[in-house]
Parts: sequence; structure tokens; C-alpha cells
Amino acid sequence: MTIGNNSISPPSQLIFEISKPGRRALSQMVSTQEAEAKALLNELPAALRREEKARLPEVSELQAVRHYTNLSRKNFSIDTNFYPLGSCTMKYNPRGAHRAAMNPGYLQRHPLRSQQVNQGLLKLLHELQDWIADLTGMQQTSLTPMAGAQGEFAGIAMIQAYHNARGDDARTEIIVPTAAHGTNPATAVMCGYKVREIPIEDSGDVDVEALKAAVGPQTAGLMLTNPSTCGVFERRIKEIAEIVHEAGGLLYYDGANMNAILGQARPGDMGFDVLHLNLHKTFATPHGGGGPGAGPVAVNAKLAPYLPGPVVEEKDGKYEWATPSDSIGRLSSFMGNVGVLIRAHYYAMTLGREGLTDAGALATLNANYLMARLEKEGFKVTFSGRRATHEFIISFQKETKQYKVNAMDFAKRLLDYGFHAPTTYFPLLIPECWLIEPTETEAKHELDRFVDVLIKIREEAINSPEVVKQAPHTLPVKRLDDVKAARELVLKADFEQIDAAKANQQ
Amino acid sequence: MSFTPHTEQDIQEMLATIGVSDISDLFDEIPASLKGFDLTIPNQQSEQASSIRAQALAEMDKPIANYIGAGAYEHYIPAAVWDIVGRGEFMTAYTPYQAEASQGTLQVIFEYQTMMTQLTGMDVSNASMYDGATALAEAVLMSVRAAKKARNIIVPKNLHPHYREVVRNLTHAQKIQLIEVDFTSEGTVDLSALKDIAADGLAALIISQPNFFGSLEDVDALTDWAHEQGALTIGVVNPTSLAVIKQPGQWGQAGADIVVGDGQPLGVPLSGGGPYFGFMCCTQKLVRQMPGRIIGQTVDLDGRTGYALTLQAREQHIRRSKATSNICTNQGLAVTAATIYMSILGAEGLEQVATQSMLNTRKLVNGLTETGVAQAFGSHFLYEVALKLPMSAEAFVTGMLEHGIDPGLPLSRYFADQTDVILVCATETKTQDHLDAFIAAATQVIAANGGK
Amino acid sequence: MSNCPNDLKYTQSHEWIRIEDNIATIGITDHAQSELGDLVYVELPEEGAEFEQGDEAGVVESVKTASDIYAPLSGKVIAVNELLEDAPESINNDAYGDGWIFQLELSDATEVDSLLDADDYEAQIESDDE
Repeated sequence: MTIGNNSISPPSQLIFEISKPGRRALSQMVSTQEAEAKALLNELPAALRREEKARLPEVSELQAVRHYTNLSRKNFSIDTNFYPLGSCTMKYNPRGAHRAAMNPGYLQRHPLRSQQVNQGLLKLLHELQDWIADLTGMQQTSLTPMAGAQGEFAGIAMIQAYHNARGDDARTEIIVPTAAHGTNPATAVMCGYKVREIPIEDSGDVDVEALKAAVGPQTAGLMLTNPSTCGVFERRIKEIAEIVHEAGGLLYYDGANMNAILGQARPGDMGFDVLHLNLHKTFATPHGGGGPGAGPVAVNAKLAPYLPGPVVEEKDGKYEWATPSDSIGRLSSFMGNVGVLIRAHYYAMTLGREGLTDAGALATLNANYLMARLEKEGFKVTFSGRRATHEFIISFQKETKQYKVNAMDFAKRLLDYGFHAPTTYFPLLIPECWLIEPTETEAKHELDRFVDVLIKIREEAINSPEVVKQAPHTLPVKRLDDVKAARELVLKADFEQIDAAKANQQ
Repeated sequence: MSFTPHTEQDIQEMLATIGVSDISDLFDEIPASLKGFDLTIPNQQSEQASSIRAQALAEMDKPIANYIGAGAYEHYIPAAVWDIVGRGEFMTAYTPYQAEASQGTLQVIFEYQTMMTQLTGMDVSNASMYDGATALAEAVLMSVRAAKKARNIIVPKNLHPHYREVVRNLTHAQKIQLIEVDFTSEGTVDLSALKDIAADGLAALIISQPNFFGSLEDVDALTDWAHEQGALTIGVVNPTSLAVIKQPGQWGQAGADIVVGDGQPLGVPLSGGGPYFGFMCCTQKLVRQMPGRIIGQTVDLDGRTGYALTLQAREQHIRRSKATSNICTNQGLAVTAATIYMSILGAEGLEQVATQSMLNTRKLVNGLTETGVAQAFGSHFLYEVALKLPMSAEAFVTGMLEHGIDPGLPLSRYFADQTDVILVCATETKTQDHLDAFIAAATQVIAANGGK
Repeated sequence: MSNCPNDLKYTQSHEWIRIEDNIATIGITDHAQSELGDLVYVELPEEGAEFEQGDEAGVVESVKTASDIYAPLSGKVIAVNELLEDAPESINNDAYGDGWIFQLELSDATEVDSLLDADDYEAQIESDDE
């Protein structure tokens, strides 16, 4: 089996190996006055000039196009494969949204364009601000955070600003459940807080007694994902909110799992004061091989004055950039990842209130169906007896003990069957686990195939474990030595080696 | 419409397997008091209706000729770049955690890292950060980690005001002292201004080349000064300009230590503010202090070359509260664009972009001389320059917009006393006709205001 | 059965300590290296640094995890194992020999009494396994 219909493995040369001195792509010939333009360099003092050219590739346009097209074929993607990566919401990214963002009217727009000629974009962003507040039960939105992690930073910085403005500056701790995303504790530390971790119960819910014991006058806030990273809904959320609020702390909602409750429940109603959304998850914007994302933050009235700027305001039918009165300030060079925001706007506009609610409902249906099927087939569902949300956890602890084939081996073998692996080994506290998130855009047939393949891999684990342990076998490379990668640290092409190889060929 | 494939029959079969009768049963763990709200977001609509609306919003404003730079630059992007970037295999993949199924993304980033080290003359590059300003903030945090005890950073006032603000906002909780240093009448940083600053506790000096005003700094002297104080040098650079001006790895005796900037000029459209990407390069010595993703070369079980995420133990998903940063994305797609852009242009193409832009900006400056417009600062510049107008810069912008030209950025928005100075940039995208139109319009606007 | 030499002292955080006069040589245990897997990097303390008992003194990194090394006793760092900079795998190959990490000159010899002996440490890792 191979990726797509690619039966011949594409060559793995680096573009630098294809390069040849003196070769030019026609499309690079930008200068019509080359001699005149280059003469200007002589006006610069010698100490400021570059002496030696950078070794960038020298290839024809076709060579570049072929090289990168072939590289793209070595990727799994949503467009080519089922990609049930837990906590990442790898749903279909509508082409219409892409086309909207690639409109030349936006592409040519400078971020600092004069506002009187930037009204269309500002209107779009203003609508998106309103829609996000509506869907989350919050009052106001700032779209500037560049990704979820920056949204988290903005949220915790706002909590800090709120306490400080009230002279309540002895609050030094942020409470985080042990199962939280790694960004939560990392963010709290970036904001100068100490992290206090609280355990979760066997049911997957936060240990409320431990929370009660943890809160106090030192508590600045609690960071929580709901549905949690365990793939279950935090049932005592309102009680949790009361406990934290009574201690004088605020609640931060990590919106990574918002896809599960879209149109079903809203963080604002649960008692959260501030949240971020990952538009590349819930709003179906492309993940782009690891970015760009967008992590807007939405807040209730308490925190609205502290939102990061700029935000869009409407005055008498005109839209303008504005900075909230006690803003935590600007967090990036310009106005956030606008191209991602345009896509999210298109997605929300197209799905509307019915479609967004359906998305949450069918994402939940798919996860519960897949969980039920896997459990019936004898796979260990970690939070059995609970409803799955949009994702759920299975553990290969038993298989690891019995067959010496672990969760990573299963994941690598899955690749051979054309499925991207679920998230492995997260949450960290559940041994040998997979976090599986099918999303609403996958068909029942695809989920059934996934179950069939897992059954087959389990048979292989019993009968021919080496096949699983050495997987994958059919991808452009076999299992990679990441110990060597980390010990030897080869982080760029070796031109000496490339030149020597070329000299040998001649 | 939610792009879902379920038929009614599918749904019924799935519910039966789960053992419930209705989808709403799957939400029975959510307290009833949280359910039953009304959304105000509009009703669903067809793709066609959405596309018409999206297009109408994009075209609500008339096209305008842009002469603003200030950290985002309008350059021509070969058609092939975004055609390839738009392939689903690049666009709809995620972080390459499963290396064997992500060799495309991984090799692109490895090539990107190589190209950035070539361009900057530095030892290593990461896989990118959010944008230039956030990359600089991360560089500041990195320099403080490397310095261990020193926590002071010198920030020149001629660094992009947005960058200064972002650095302040992202580092303020970490007890780092940002020491601002003034610029001279040339618009540049003078060594004499630095000498009053106590070297005690100095972690790094930030040098912006070119600086916000487009002026070129004496990077050799500044770098050497910082090193003499036992501090690091953080260079903030425009990647296109590195085709013609000295790469940071060669600054002074020892070269810069950390180099950051916005990668947008390398094939990423302006797009109203993003997504762009920030780049970060550093010396080998500092590699373990570097935040963000890094791709390394390795081999597979058969000894074939392959690529994988490496140095992951520094990152938030493993190190949690002790991570080098909370960052967990790079700007993968924008980096893919930059890699293809640099491949198609090569060093020669990039040099042509820079020099043609220099020529166009000079033509503009020369053409405006008769109207009483002059360079605000005396120093050398490339393709962005601060111009002193014989009128208020804000009024000039208003007048020029009438002619369909957004002529630049009034400095008064950031420096209250610079009311008549505008920051202007004419890249290679401007033809002689464009430049003539600018000069003619400016002449009229200035004349209407009373002339010089 | 774990490999825990009787002549060494141990901590709950998996450091081993060899005491000779007023000098302690410190590394991580064979059990710890086997749990961490192939080590790829060791962040050594600086010579001359002074630690209180329990301070973070360094970091060992494998591909998938990073773990702090704590100073098991108070004192001043008088030597570090520079071999580990290029060959972190020495810890995997020989945790109690070539894989030593640093040496402390002790400032409070009475703290030695707070360390575990080999039996205590083995009992601890067995109970961790359950």
C-alpha cells in the first residue's frame, strides 16, 4: 500500500542538489533596468554591503514546481487521508473559504492601509468578532492572537491585568489540571505565575475536592479545557466556576475542544470569564503543515477593557481599529492572521447557526460511534461508561504487556493502511494511549474501515509482532531514528557534501 | 450545510450501535441549565451565496496604489508559488508529528532552514515563529536565558514601534528591563548614546537593520560594542535586503548572535496583516535555547535519509511549565511559500528585487525634490525612506487618497513631534507610470496646500 | 532485579551519590536511564555553582522527555563530566562509571544521613512499578 496512487516513490533529493550555478528561472527576472539598479549598490559604504551571495537554489521554474509537487506527495493530509488526530480537529477545510481569502482585493491590502479605504475588511472582522462572542456566550472578542498558545497568553495576561487594576496583586498561582495541554502551564509561567496542578478523578472529571483545597487568596485563576483533554464533558463545571470565583480567581477556557459543544453549550454560560478559540480547529481553517492558526480571545464584561488590540469598532456605520481602554496591548506585528480570519468568517457565514450546531452534533455522533465500535471489538476505552465528546481515549497498555507492541507501534502500522495516526501518548498521565478525534466530516464508512484496520493490526501484533514494531513499511521512509536526529543535530544541508557528490558525478 | 456526509440512515445505524435513540442523548452529561440558548449568528446559506458576499466585501473598497512598507512589503510573487502552496497535501496536513507520513512538510522546512542560514549567515534556523515582532520577543527571552543572570535589554527607539510594544507586552512578566536608547538626527543609533548605559546586567543589544526609518546602521561597531560588554547582539532584519547588505553572521568581529525578522517579503502576500511568518536564526552555541520547532536530518531503518522534528524536549508539550516558550505552531504554510519563492528567485532574483526597489524609491525621492520634499534623515537607505513634507503628513495622506494612492505612513502616529514626516516605500512592483502618477499627485496635493 | 550497587547512596528522584571524604560524585541511576531511554543531551551544572540540597542542578534529555537532575546534597560544584557533552549515551552505557554527571564539595556532611541506601532505593522503585 502507498500514499494515494503514488506507486513510484518520488526522489528525495534536496533542491540544492538540483541546483546548478548560472541557471535562472525566467519568473525571477524582475528588473528591467538591471545595470542602473545594480549600480546603486556602489553608493552604499563597502562595510554595509554583502560580499558573497547566499547559496540559494538556481533552478528553472519547472524544476522548482516538480520538486515541491513531489514533496507534497509525501504528506498525509485531510484531503488525502482520514486524519483522526485528537485535540486537533482535522475536519474538511472548505475550498470556498480558501477562495474567499485568496481574493486579490485582500491579498494586496497592506495591514496599515488607510482605514477609510479598508472598510470591507474591517466590516468582515467586526462581524466575526460578534459571531465568536455569540457562539461562546461572551461579550467581546479580539481577533489578534496568532494561535491558541498566544490566545492563552492573552487570556492569562488579562486576568493578571484585572487583578492588578484592583490592587489585588498577591495572587501568584494559576491552577491547571494534570491532564491539561502543555501550553497551559507554559503560558502561566510566561505570565510570571506559579503553576499548581490538581488531579483528575478516575471518571475523567476534575477532582473537585482537590480544587477546593487548592484555591485561596493566592489563586489568580484556573485554566480548563471543557470537554477536557480526556474527551469527557466536565459535569461539575458550574460548581468549579463557583469555587474559583468565590476564592477571587477567574476562569480561563482553553477552546481547543470547542468543536464538541458548538451550538450545544457555551463557555460563557458555564461561568468562564475568558477563552480562546482555535479557528484552525473549530472553524475549519487549514492547518498548513503546522500553521498558521488563529487564536481569538473572547471575554465577559469584566475583562472587556483589557482585550489585546487592535479590535474593530463600529461608529456611525464606519469601521475603525481601536484599542480597548486598559488593553494588555499589541501581541503581534499587525492585526492577527487576517487570512485565517477571512476563512473562518466564510465558514461561519456558510454554516450559519444551523450548520454550526449540526457540526458539533455530528462530531459527537462520530466519536461516540467509533468509541462504541472499538469497545465492542475489545479495545480498552479509558473512560468507558462516559459519553465521548468529539474525541475519546483508548489505551494499548494490555497489548503492550501481552505482545510487546505499544501505542506508537500501532500508530506507525496504521500509516501503512493509509490512515494518519491519532494523537499518541497524550494526555501524558494515561499510559500507552491514543486520543482519537474523527470529526464530523468523516463518513460512517471511513470509521468502519478504521475499526477493521485496527482489528487487523491487533491480529498482526499477536501473530507477527515484528511487522508492527518495524512499521511503517510502505511510506517514503521507514521508521526514522529520532535519537540520531537529536544527538547529531544536522539542521541544514551540507554544501560540501553536495559539491563533492556533484564533482564525483562529472 | 456543514460539509458532513451523513445520510439519515447512517445516523440511525450509528445511534443504534451506540445504543441511544437520538443525537441529543449524547449530550446528556451537559447540565440542562447550560442548554437551550438562542444564537444570533445568521442562518446557513449556500456556497454560492457566501462567495458572492465574500467577494462583495473584498471589493467594497476601491483598489489603491500602496506605498506603505513599515514591516510589510509589497513584492511580486511568481504564480507558481501559491499554486503549489495551495495543494491540499501541504495546506491540509498538520504538524509533522508522524514523521514518516510528513516527509514533504519536513523536507520543505529543512530546505527552508538551510536557505535562512544562507541568507543571514548564521549557523542554525528554526522552523519559524508567528511573525517578526513575536520572533523578536522570543529572541529577547532567549538572550536572557542564555545570559543566565543579566536581564537588561537595549531597545533602540528607531526599532519598529509595533515590535517595541510587542516585546514589552510579551516579556513584562519576566522581570526583564528594557532600556530605550534614542536615535540621532541621522535617524540611527550612535555609539556615544550607548556608552552611558551601564554594562552591568546587560543581556543583549537589539539592532534593527535597516531601522524603522529605512536608515542603515553601523552594525559592525554596534555588534562589537555589545560583545565588549559581554552581551549578545540581536539583529532585526528584512530578508530581501540581505541579498544586498551585509549578512548578520558577518557583523563586526564575531557576527550577530540571534537574528530575527518578518519573512513576509519572501513570497507571502500582504493580506491585510497576515498570516506572515517570523524567522529566527542563531549561532550553534545557542541552539538549545532557541524556541519553536526545529527539523533535523536523520536516517530510517534502511539507512535512507529522512527528516524529523528534533530537540522537542525543549517544547511545551513535553517540558510544560519549563518549556522555552508556550509556542506550539510555526507558520508552516507561509514558510512553504517562502521556500518555493526563494527557490524560484535564487540569490540573483532576490538581488534584483532589492536593487529595482532601491531604484524605484530613489526615482520617487528625486521626482519629489522640486515640490520641496526632502529626506528627513541624512543616512543611507535601501527602499524605504522617511521624507519631510512641506505640509502635515496626515493631510498629505488624505489628499493622496483622493488620487487612489496610499502614499505612506505618517510618523506622527508613533512620534508626536514628527508631524510632517512620512515613511515611503516603492518596491519593484511599481512601474515608471506608477511613479509618475505619484509624483504628479503629490505635486498637486502640496500645491493645493500652499506649496513649498 | 535492578542494578543498584551497595556502596552508593540514592535519592527518591533517582540520583546516585558516591561519597569520598567531603566529595560527592553524582549521576542518575541505571533504573532512571532505562526509564528515560536513549539520552540525547545533558545540561551540566557550571563549575563553581553552589547548590542547596534539592536545587535543580542540570537536565537530562531523551528524545521524548526531559528530566531535571537535583542536587542531592548542598555544596559547590568542583567538577563536571564534560565527556557527556559529546557522548550523552555514556549514561545509558555505564550509569555508575563513565556516566557520572558532576562532583560536589559538600557544605553540610550531616545531610548524607538523609539519603537512601541501595535497599531503600530498590524498595522504592519496586513500589513505583506497582
